[in-house]
Amino acid sequence: MSEYVLELKGITKRFPGVTALNNVHFKLKKGEIHALMGENGAGKSTFIKVITGVHSPNEGEIFLDGKPVTFTNPIEAQDVGIAAIYQHVTNYPDLSVTENIFIGHEKVHPKTKRLLWREMYQEAKSILAQLGSSIDPKREMGTLSVAQQQIIEIAKAISTNARIIIMDEPTAALTARESEELYRIAEGLRDQGTSIIFISHRFEDMYRLASQVTVFRDANYIGSWGVNEITNDQLIVAMVGREITQVFPHKKHPIGEEVLRVERLGKTGYFADISFSLRRGEILGLTGLVGAGRTEMCETLFGITNYDTGSVYLKEEKLQIRHPKDAMKKGIGYLSEDRQKQGLILQWGIGRNITLPALERFSKRGWLNERNEGQLAKQLAEKVHVKAKSVFDLASSLSGGNQQKVAVAKLLTADLDVIILDEPTKGVDIGAKSAIYEIIQDLAAQGYGIIMVSSEMPEVIGMSDRIAVMKEGRITKMLERDEFSQEAILAAAMSETPDKTKAG
Amino acid sequence: MAQKNIQPYMQRTLSADRPFSTRQFFFQWEWLLAAILIGVIALNTSLSPYFLNINSLRDATMVFLDKAFIVFPMAFIMIMRDIDISVGSTVALSSVVMATVYNSLGASMEMAVVTCLLVGAICGLVNGLLIVKFKELSAVIITLATMILYRGIAYIILEDQASGNFPEWFGFFGWGYIYGIPFILILFVIVAFLFGLLLHKTTFGRHIYAIGHNDVASKFSGVNVDRVKVIVFTLAGLMSAVTAVFLASRMGSTRPNIASMYELDVIAMAALGGISTAGGKGRLIGTVIAILIVGYLQYGLGLINIPSQTLLIVVGALLLFAVIVPKLNLSRFKK
Repeated sequence: MSEYVLELKGITKRFPGVTALNNVHFKLKKGEIHALMGENGAGKSTFIKVITGVHSPNEGEIFLDGKPVTFTNPIEAQDVGIAAIYQHVTNYPDLSVTENIFIGHEKVHPKTKRLLWREMYQEAKSILAQLGSSIDPKREMGTLSVAQQQIIEIAKAISTNARIIIMDEPTAALTARESEELYRIAEGLRDQGTSIIFISHRFEDMYRLASQVTVFRDANYIGSWGVNEITNDQLIVAMVGREITQVFPHKKHPIGEEVLRVERLGKTGYFADISFSLRRGEILGLTGLVGAGRTEMCETLFGITNYDTGSVYLKEEKLQIRHPKDAMKKGIGYLSEDRQKQGLILQWGIGRNITLPALERFSKRGWLNERNEGQLAKQLAEKVHVKAKSVFDLASSLSGGNQQKVAVAKLLTADLDVIILDEPTKGVDIGAKSAIYEIIQDLAAQGYGIIMVSSEMPEVIGMSDRIAVMKEGRITKMLERDEFSQEAILAAAMSETPDKTKAG
Repeated sequence: MAQKNIQPYMQRTLSADRPFSTRQFFFQWEWLLAAILIGVIALNTSLSPYFLNINSLRDATMVFLDKAFIVFPMAFIMIMRDIDISVGSTVALSSVVMATVYNSLGASMEMAVVTCLLVGAICGLVNGLLIVKFKELSAVIITLATMILYRGIAYIILEDQASGNFPEWFGFFGWGYIYGIPFILILFVIVAFLFGLLLHKTTFGRHIYAIGHNDVASKFSGVNVDRVKVIVFTLAGLMSAVTAVFLASRMGSTRPNIASMYELDVIAMAALGGISTAGGKGRLIGTVIAILIVGYLQYGLGLINIPSQTLLIVVGALLLFAVIVPKLNLSRFKK
């Protein structure tokens, strides 16, 4: 019996025009949590698809318990105990937890083929109990939080008797506490002998959980280390291929006069009594737990939905915003959290995406001028360093970081005073992250007032001039730069009231 | 944003020139449609000696172009991933109102035509307003309801009778010529051209495509999604009324049951023309060719006395072909 439950040797996968994986190796022990890291586009996703049988490699061998195997489809991989949990939870919100867990491998009566609901329900309950969760298996999936749904996905993997579970950025949408819950579950599985491949952009995930880390870069295998053998800096070098000396480029830029003032803003059921002011050149960090009402508040400033009470002044003018179009005309821009669904039209080229908010700028009385459009798009795409060949490259072909840059470029088409960025680096790899930070600092230096919503503590502290902390729809604390600390923010975000949202 | 040494990527320049690929140029749906159109004309010619004659090709358009006016706004609606199945009923209601205003209320025929256009536009406006107001309901259900409603109102106004006796000049719409070219053909070319410009050369058209691909992202980008939708549905109502005028003129009278199933013909022509119901795709030139294909097919089969039921089979098969073929192509090129 081999020391490794899963071993991949010299895997190469080519697609027309690109080599997605070039001679990569991977070794997974029984009962090990193994972190797989790399920038977006490093080949991690393709690698997972090779392991789960979605893609067959052009070269290389896969060994399971020391024996060579080939998977021609995902079902074969599932049959030998390999399961994957994806970043974007894919489930059936209208079906029950039990149905979601057993979908695709339902228990049926051997003769009559009747579905054995009672047995499935019992087993769901026991798997969830094993995970330390008290979610009722009869609940509708759609009523659960993202963190709870993540747990159901894990339960689903266990129900297929998975020995190897791949988790693709499971913590991306979770708060710190929910992540802690997930860590506990992962550790529990590990102790029972399940092997886990854990993919994440968060260093804290890796340090907290993994014992081994493997790094890919640009489709190549860079190396594999014990987590204790490698420093943070060395790991960054391995991932990025160069040293990023300073992740947060906090630049001194002059802070000017007040540009936006919000007074006692409220929307029933979402947030109340929000007051703050924003000055030119200032970056106001807006943080708090997921569900604290940050996004909802920002969306009303941009006119996606409307606030019930309070008032908003832009350059001393009281605003009546009913629609994003009004907001942009007045000078407020918004970069939404979900760039795939709300930010970009993925089927379109980069250029068309960039110019969509500002078609008037190069059109005369409604008539498009495609030459001007192409030039404007080119200019703005270059300004934010979009990595592509042409403005006609499809948005869907870009990596997360580059898509985000395109989304930022869209904001630059309008004549704005205030830019609201909602989780601007969510799901973006570290290299692109620092590029986006540069862009944000640059915008501030140009005199935009910037509101940056973020759940990532280091990011908020590193980037902001002031930090507003929200909790349950209210701003509980406004921190000045000399008061910044993780402890102060956490204290304000969680303060006195006991936690009601604990997962499971 | 000056060059900084920690900038992770090199400063890049992007090309702003549209890439041109010969293969893409020739693998366009419209070429296939054009080939089918030529095929239809050739087939008809071999079957009937009367067919291939520039006069007959020209005059045939008078018979089938009336519903073509609705195809263009329907294409817009389908690009926005919506549908409007009430257009046939709108044709009936607006033409019935026109006949009633003229015959029972004693208004002038000019006045009656204006009323007809107005009624059509209002029908479309109502559809549009309902659709943007009740976003959780699909356009199929809303326009199914108004389809029944509009037809029902037409029956109440005229009961099951015909109404005609239009003044002689009114026949010009259906049967008139200008410099030897049928008036309807001239108007069709103008309308097709205007709708084509609107869709492909204006910000409004760009917004239509944007909404079809991703209406949420469009809203976040400052596109007034609701306004665009209401305008397009109103246009569909208005063009249905235009169809009503030509239809009533050609037939000399109207009744509440005219233009039944027009919505299906119209949607079929748009789909055959390459307008995808998945939204965001298709060009207007395709629908123009599709209109001519279906029209000439109908006309040609009529000339050799093939019953109109056979036409249903042919159009149905053609439509199936139209929606299946692009899928086949796609999967072949992926490998």
